[in-house]
Amino acid sequence: MLVGTALAIVRIRSLFAVVMLSGVFSLLSALLFVTMDAVDVAFTEAAVGAGISTVLMLGTIALTSRFERISDHATSPLPFVVVVITGLVLVYGTLDMPSYGSANSPTQTHVMPEYMERVPHEIGIPNVVTDILASYRGYDTLGETAVVFTAGIGVVLLIGGLGRRRRRKDGAAPKQSEES
Amino acid sequence: MRHHLILRVITKLLVGPIILFALYVQFHGDYSPGGGFQAGVIFAVAFILYGIVFGLTKVKDVFPEWLVHKLLALGVLIYAGTGVFALLAGYNFLDYSALAHDPEHGQHYGILIVEAGVGITVSAAMIAIYYAFGSRPPRISDEEW
Repeated sequence: MLVGTALAIVRIRSLFAVVMLSGVFSLLSALLFVTMDAVDVAFTEAAVGAGISTVLMLGTIALTSRFERISDHATSPLPFVVVVITGLVLVYGTLDMPSYGSANSPTQTHVMPEYMERVPHEIGIPNVVTDILASYRGYDTLGETAVVFTAGIGVVLLIGGLGRRRRRKDGAAPKQSEES
Repeated sequence: MRHHLILRVITKLLVGPIILFALYVQFHGDYSPGGGFQAGVIFAVAFILYGIVFGLTKVKDVFPEWLVHKLLALGVLIYAGTGVFALLAGYNFLDYSALAHDPEHGQHYGILIVEAGVGITVSAAMIAIYYAFGSRPPRISDEEW
């Protein structure tokens, strides 16, 4: 289903349908995360990917156009070849990965046992994901918050929010030029 | 969307529970999946839904733009401030053990405060981005959808 949705996104020219399908794609991958027991990630994917980004994409469509423009230049086969080769290399890479859920995989043997052992008596909060994110990896999360902050500030500075102030300045500027 | 009666009624019913669910995800994140990021997004969704159905001016009455911009910075300040507080109390930066006598309780408080900071910043950022997109004049009229 994921592959089918992805193919449909590439083929369809109505951008409204594409945005909706990308929401569907996010929701499907959230389901995939749930079946792999990564509930926190699935939650984020469903909220951000299927919810917010769809709304923002719709907002963007409202500002631009509804249909994809048909490209004039001839399509060259090179990008397709590059994508296929990259895909094959990635598939080849997964052949060496330990089977899913294996107890001997690096995820289970590297730092995870230490966290699982330390969390109950050092922090005592049952959700280990929260413990690692907020406490052991506090710097990372601070950085992520700063990234979100920067993104918000950037969008506000670039395309709006402060428009009213700018308009007032524009209104004031011609008067000054008239006076001078 | 003035003529969609059903949408308007359903939205009015939904906004409250969505905010409630966001707060649940925020403060119950210690025990169940979720945390600041997800809660912030869900909180923002409540306002964005309201904005889509009732129009931007109505949401901006409820949640004015200057407040969003202040909250955007406040969240990061809360997070970094927790770290600085720990620093001033003689611990490492972001070592939450400084927040209470019992280090385990300190970790509890620390994670709660820090997650609140994350949630505030994320929701303010989402709402700010939505306002920025929404307040530009659209080129497609309502009927064309």
